[in-house]
Amino acid sequence: MAHAESAVAAGRGVSARRSAVGQSAWTGAAARALVTLLALAALWGLWEAYRWIGVRTELTWPFPVDDVTMPHIHSVFQALFEPSRVNGPLLITVLLESAWFTAKEALLGFALGATIGFAIGIVLAHSRLLQRGFLPYIVASQTVPILAIAPMVVVWLKSGWLSVAVIAAYLTFFPVTINTLRGLLSADPRALELMRSYAASPWSVLWKLRVPAAMPYLFSALKVSATASVVGAIIGELPSSIQDGLGGAILNFAQYYSIQPTGLWATNLVAALLGIAFFAAVVVAEKLLVRRAPENVA
Amino acid sequence: MQRRKLGWGVALAVVASLAVAVWAGMGGSAGAATERGSGGGLTKVTLQLKWVTQAQFAGYYAAKAKGFYKGAGLDVNLKVGGPDITPEQVVASGQAEFGIDWLPALLAARDKGGDLVNIAQVFTRSGMTEVTHRDSGITKISQLRGKKVGVWCCGNENELFAALVKNGIDPKKRGDVTIVNQPFDMNLFLQRKVDAAAAMTYNELAQVLETKNPKTGKLYTLADLNVIRMSAAGTGMLEDGVFVGGDWISKTENQATAKQFLRASFRGWIYCRDHQRECVDIVLANGPTLPAGHQAWQMNEINALIWPAPRGIGVMNATEFARTAKIAQQFKVIRKAPSGAYRADLAQAAVKSLKTQRVNVNGARWRRIKVTLREGGK
Repeated sequence: MAHAESAVAAGRGVSARRSAVGQSAWTGAAARALVTLLALAALWGLWEAYRWIGVRTELTWPFPVDDVTMPHIHSVFQALFEPSRVNGPLLITVLLESAWFTAKEALLGFALGATIGFAIGIVLAHSRLLQRGFLPYIVASQTVPILAIAPMVVVWLKSGWLSVAVIAAYLTFFPVTINTLRGLLSADPRALELMRSYAASPWSVLWKLRVPAAMPYLFSALKVSATASVVGAIIGELPSSIQDGLGGAILNFAQYYSIQPTGLWATNLVAALLGIAFFAAVVVAEKLLVRRAPENVA
Repeated sequence: MQRRKLGWGVALAVVASLAVAVWAGMGGSAGAATERGSGGGLTKVTLQLKWVTQAQFAGYYAAKAKGFYKGAGLDVNLKVGGPDITPEQVVASGQAEFGIDWLPALLAARDKGGDLVNIAQVFTRSGMTEVTHRDSGITKISQLRGKKVGVWCCGNENELFAALVKNGIDPKKRGDVTIVNQPFDMNLFLQRKVDAAAAMTYNELAQVLETKNPKTGKLYTLADLNVIRMSAAGTGMLEDGVFVGGDWISKTENQATAKQFLRASFRGWIYCRDHQRECVDIVLANGPTLPAGHQAWQMNEINALIWPAPRGIGVMNATEFARTAKIAQQFKVIRKAPSGAYRADLAQAAVKSLKTQRVNVNGARWRRIKVTLREGGK
């Protein structure tokens, strides 16, 4: 009985806390939105102020300031909503189609990289020997520039979306491996002892204790990986002869930068938004999943 | 405990099904392409382009779009190039049967032991120029002495260097001329950081003409510029040609495929000679982020590098080949004089076959059309 009562009391406590959290969450969100807007406005202001001073003083170092080197931010947005060419679709339509194409490659790469990274993390967490043996090479894999790896992947896998996904996965797996490993090893030693005293199998120790403990670590890695997978997909498109994605758009607008500088800025803006969307998706997933993880519920 | 497990199960299922959906979606489209290829009894071949989609390759895009390849029994995959793609390497590794590159680059690959052979020289004139501002008064190569001259690196500088040497200027000697490594765009020239800048007639020259001249407030015109052509300086080199692997082309059945490929590609180029505007649209359909006006200019200037073609399109001129090889050797692009670097028989056979069908393979009466450029190349 006493046990039940305390559980009810705890339940009430939780619900009371939840509603308080609900209110402050709203004001919190509003405050965050305000700060974001202010930060954007400040950046905009800095850009335009530097531009104004640069044009007025005819700055030559580090570069002369004009419409080509620093287009007005409003003209970048304007370019997005202008036809990409005479009688053509709007630039933003073209770019969103490219972004969607790149997003599919990046998502596949992210899924591949996260799964492999997680699996490697689990294997390494169970063997000190493997950890000592392989970790240096896993670290070394990231010191080789992706620009050097990408053409090799294309030679092995032939050009196409699969090589792009593999290149994206190559950038994705590393943070996941390192953080999974750290997270799995971060399980409370007392809890481990308790599990052992119950003669729990290594499998249940892993899934009931270690993996839940690793969740916060895993998700911070996934946030890094999500944006990295977009970068990897964009970089991977060029050596893979794929020009339907953002990589192709970036290359084209870079070629014509001096005659149409806003195109490249607009493309970069869309690429950044895609990265942010990936990041936000992981944040949402974390909110949904980690709340249920034992350390938050208990 | 039960709820948590369910949550994880659902999450895993969602991630897995998403990945599978993307996999299937992308794999599905690739699978469809393969089916179409094998179903029609067509021979699948790949052409590796030198650069991304643009009117420089219009003939091949037209041959595909107008069904010339299909009519010749070929299913041609046009693979775009890019900064990390070397067509010679792609063909040598068997990832493409055909490649497009400038002749000196092909000679360099052969010189390093690559087993590659040119089978058609599509562009017979050099599109390379140095442009100067009209008010600089520089109209000849000899006037570049002591000036800052922009040029692209890595094999693209040889025509200019040959022209300088011909005029007694040593490009390696600091006192003679200052060579500036030029990026893709024409900013150095527009900001007057160089006295002369390298420009292809079909690309960078138009980029200047699509920019406002700060002095007049209007677009630059040809009257604001001096265009010094390498072909006029006598040091033009042969540019875009079709090459294949030497081992591949030694097989009789591949020679038949190559002949069919050349015939259909030549038909594409002939189509673009006679239907410039339509060809620009074909190129734009394949490259939606390209500026349209700029591509119209490019189509016109590319045609000028091919037509008129007195020997028939694609047939190598031995004298021109020898000059390109000589310049390449002079600047150590290659160590020894090339032999067996090209064979003209396949192109000749393709031209002959087109001729018997009364197709005009010479374009003796081709003339440039007038292309109006707009700011930003739109």
